[in-house]
Amino acid sequence: MVRFEHVGLSYPAPGRRSAAAVLHDVSFRVPEGGFRWLLGTSGAGKTSLLRLMYLAIRPTEGRLSVLETDITSARRGMLANLRRRIGVVFQDFRLLPHLSAFDNVALPLRIAGRSEGQIRADVAEMLRWVGLAGKLESPPETLSGGEQQRVAIARAVITRPRLLLADEPTGNLDEAQAERLMRLLQELSRLGTTVVVATHNEALASRHGAPALRLEHGRLVP
Amino acid sequence: MAINAVASTHRFPIPRNPMLIRHPMGRSRLRPPGFDDLGLERALSDRLLPFLVAAMAFLAALAFGGFLAAAGLARHWQQGAEAAVTVQVPDPSAVAAGGGVAGTTRLGRVLALLRADPAVARAHALTAAELDALLRPWLGRDSGRLALPLPAVIAVSLARPTATLQRLGKSLREAAPGTLVESHGVWVRRLTVLAQSLQASAAIALLVVTAVAIAVVAVGTHAGLAASREAIEIVHVLGATDDYIAARFAARATRLAVLGGGAGALAALPVLLTLAGLAAPFGRLDTAAAGSGPAAGFPGTALPTLLWLALPLLPLGAAAIGYLTAQVTVRHWLRRLP
Repeated sequence: MVRFEHVGLSYPAPGRRSAAAVLHDVSFRVPEGGFRWLLGTSGAGKTSLLRLMYLAIRPTEGRLSVLETDITSARRGMLANLRRRIGVVFQDFRLLPHLSAFDNVALPLRIAGRSEGQIRADVAEMLRWVGLAGKLESPPETLSGGEQQRVAIARAVITRPRLLLADEPTGNLDEAQAERLMRLLQELSRLGTTVVVATHNEALASRHGAPALRLEHGRLVP
Repeated sequence: MAINAVASTHRFPIPRNPMLIRHPMGRSRLRPPGFDDLGLERALSDRLLPFLVAAMAFLAALAFGGFLAAAGLARHWQQGAEAAVTVQVPDPSAVAAGGGVAGTTRLGRVLALLRADPAVARAHALTAAELDALLRPWLGRDSGRLALPLPAVIAVSLARPTATLQRLGKSLREAAPGTLVESHGVWVRRLTVLAQSLQASAAIALLVVTAVAIAVVAVGTHAGLAASREAIEIVHVLGATDDYIAARFAARATRLAVLGGGAGALAALPVLLTLAGLAAPFGRLDTAAAGSGPAAGFPGTALPTLLWLALPLLPLGAAAIGYLTAQVTVRHWLRRLP
């Protein structure tokens, strides 16, 4: 479950006395197992909103609650454990270039301290699932954009997160792959994962009916 | 709808039920050997840091060697020179007055008293040639021809320094009036202060080298943090704790520091052995005077035992500096992340 209450976000602006505000008075709630599109043009604040949800930053105003934890007042030490329950598909994938596809997908499990035997089985199955069974040892630089995106998706869902956030997850997939991914995300939502997908592709959102959060200049609009 | 039903419409070969993959909470925490998630093999180079730590370890070994050498000299001068006493007997050939064997000269009476005293380890009356050599700087060659009434000089080594000096002087003056007993106390104090200053300088050098080593590891760790910033941010978002990230850096810094410390200690060994060889005459005097103190060396070696023990400890000290400095530096840096 995610709850925003009058959340504002400002970044310190170098050379300027006042901070640059990117989100203003944002309030909404996504229930457990809910699916939301996050729509808006480039620069509307979608990525900043996602960054708040995956705890890369804290709000400068208002109150934010993620997975029943009040982020505005939570101790820093508590957040790492919370992050392990959140899966993120980054727009630019953010794969570690010195690790193979297998090790990139295994990373969240290793961070969580899972046993290597379990990791080997789960990661191999997950990579087979996303169609990369033959590229377990391939470094990201040798994979195509679509393959890298699938590795990023596998890494995001390997821990069975309770909250899954995806920033333009279909950007490098062809139409057929994008459709399949969307059906997968909806299936995850049906199984209890809260899913928020940011995109500027309104056609994709309209084909997969779900409530949408629409951002314009850092404000939620109806 | 079962996930396998979705699979039929996916090009992705969905597993039997990927969402139901079981993650037992077993905490075996096995990690494949060499798994370098943060890319530290590149970020914390195995070239510059070990080289700098090796240089610090080399200097630390020399500073510690200097510290021990200065300590040995101080002890040698204190124990050796403090025990040396010069006794001057004027008119040495005259027959001694008072008790004792009739006809004994004043010099003979004083020598007999000295040799009979348990506080005296050794008493040696300088021969005419030795006295001549001693006075040559002041009186020139063949001082005997000047017909000066020279006193006899006895070099005395005390078994128990200083404590018996007053009693000895009193009894010698009674046996041969006019006898002078001179200890080397003033010079001993000056030389001891000099040696202790050298020792303090070596200790300060050791502290400075340690501080520089800490700074070197801190700077190297900061460079590593900057180089692997993106990887750190990714694992941070994936739920890595400060402990997890700091442990990766500390392990890498420790390995590199051990490497550097070991290389530095090995490089210092031949230099220390050479210096010890040059200082061997002092060392032998020291060993003779100090017996088996902590500065005494292994038989057949020129280095003090303490230095032999300290050299293998250098890599361990470097490891401790590497581990602690990396831990503190990384944890402080990570505070900038939420």
